[in-house]
Amino acid sequence: MAKRIDVSGLNAYYGSFLAVEDISMTIQPRSVTAFIGPSGCGKSTFLRTLNRMHEVTPGGRVEGKVLLDDENLYGAGIDPVAVRREVGMVFQRPNPFPTMSVYDNVAAGLRLNGSYKKSELDDVVEKSLKGANLWNEVKDRLNKPGSGLSGGQQQRLCIARAIAVEPNVLLMDEPCSALDPISTLAIEDLIGELKERFTIVIVTHNMQQAARVSDRTAFFNLAAVGQPGKLIEIDDTERIFSNPSVQATEDYISGRFG
Amino acid sequence: MSNATLSAKRPSSLKGATLPKWFSWAVAAGSIALGLGISTAAGLGSNIQWALIAALLFVLGSYGISARVEGRRQAKDRVATSLIWVAFLLAVIPLASLIYATVKRGVKVLDGYFLSHSMGVIADTEPGGGIYHAILGTLEQVGIATVISVPIGVLTAIYLVEYGRGKLAKAITFFVDVMTGIPSIVAGLFILSLWIIILGMGYSGFAGSMALSILMLPVVVRSTEEMLKLVPNELREASLALGVPKWRTILKVVLPTSIGGITTGVMLAIARITGETAPLLLVVWVTNFINANPFKDPQASLPVYIYLQFANSGGQGPAYDRAWAAALVLIAFIMILNLVARGIARWKAPKTGR
Repeated sequence: MAKRIDVSGLNAYYGSFLAVEDISMTIQPRSVTAFIGPSGCGKSTFLRTLNRMHEVTPGGRVEGKVLLDDENLYGAGIDPVAVRREVGMVFQRPNPFPTMSVYDNVAAGLRLNGSYKKSELDDVVEKSLKGANLWNEVKDRLNKPGSGLSGGQQQRLCIARAIAVEPNVLLMDEPCSALDPISTLAIEDLIGELKERFTIVIVTHNMQQAARVSDRTAFFNLAAVGQPGKLIEIDDTERIFSNPSVQATEDYISGRFG
Repeated sequence: MSNATLSAKRPSSLKGATLPKWFSWAVAAGSIALGLGISTAAGLGSNIQWALIAALLFVLGSYGISARVEGRRQAKDRVATSLIWVAFLLAVIPLASLIYATVKRGVKVLDGYFLSHSMGVIADTEPGGGIYHAILGTLEQVGIATVISVPIGVLTAIYLVEYGRGKLAKAITFFVDVMTGIPSIVAGLFILSLWIIILGMGYSGFAGSMALSILMLPVVVRSTEEMLKLVPNELREASLALGVPKWRTILKVVLPTSIGGITTGVMLAIARITGETAPLLLVVWVTNFINANPFKDPQASLPVYIYLQFANSGGQGPAYDRAWAAALVLIAFIMILNLVARGIARWKAPKTGR
């Protein structure tokens, strides 16, 4: 069920401002691809173009092609809602629905998309929470509000919510930046398990994290503030961190910029 | 070096001289006594005069003493604190005296009989009678107005917050702002000319409901809009990213998150229109008999009842007492609505407990 993503000639705009310019890359199924780069270089914007969340922002529009196993997400007649069921997303700040319990949060994706039987839902909720390594911690309080969990638990709840709809691809936008090291470790372990089933793309500011969890790493950069962000290179993580082919990548990774 | 001399002069720079806690109360008592003394000595009769003198003495006195003992910064702090207290009291005094006067005069004739009978066979000068017909009318008129304006208002607010971009949204916002400022008599005249004069319909509670909903609509739109804006965008994005269509996101995530605030806004809007008199006088008129049908013939309502009873009483007698009792019922009704709104807001608020 994991699918490959092929991006070619992608430009993303906010109104008339070109935020990300001419990106082409291939993201392999059943692997973790990390996006690194300085703030404002368009990593998150690019990530959001992969499930058509970019156009939710007022003024956001995209040119170019994103192929999900040979189907262009930006082709004519493609329903963005259907795309987002295929390509799930986890955000920077944990954002469980405050009016819903732990159970309802995980079931939200299914329940809001149609009617399901209670027993089916029970199974999906248990499976997803186990998938997110959260089951043991919350199985006794499934009916308590989701916002009562700790930050790390909330983020894993959001991951459970995202994988409950069985997407093909999971996008993660700095999923650990609001968490402590222990919760971060829990999520990184989880990413390692999830890549058996999903294609995972993760944006991170933490270079060690990219080195720890990813198979491939893409480095983004921008020439100056106000200039569009560009993909500098994408390669195996090992190679990016040991012997990158572009000088800018090495400068960024080793802490010497500009 | 300078540090050493400083610390030698003042052993602890973090601990200054402080006045005891009863200081403010003592100054307050002193200034009230002095204010009373001055006004008696000068032969001033008014309560306001001695209170003003006392307030002035209190502010000046506490500033002077505090500046001498504690320093200028603490003295300014005390002045600011006492000014805030004065402002608070000024705001509360009219409210408290209003409730006191209404309760005192209202309870005279307020009983079960008063609440359950109409003015059917009672002349204005006679004792007895009640406000059942007026309560019935007010409930029906306000209820219909709510049924008309809440769906329109909430949907308008959803359009403005979730969908509205560009000129149309700006125009709607502008007209909602204009509607907020419409005097209630103008809303009444509009319905009078359109419904009763042009379309030839008679006086009815429904006509009043339409006039009231014109007044209620902008309040509902505004408050709902503010509540929807408070819903974090992350929740909308989280739902959209799960592949939930936008309309379901609004229905199942945005509205439940803000329902408490929206309910409060609606209740406050209801409270605002319940006391409206002018439009009802124009388009519903009034009757002394029970008319349960809001779509035909004049109906009574509490505000109009109060107005007419008072106007016909000449400032005393049974009609005068009935006016105050009806006013008390109206205030109680609005207060109960507010309490219900608060209860719902608390009950529906997003839970954070573990």
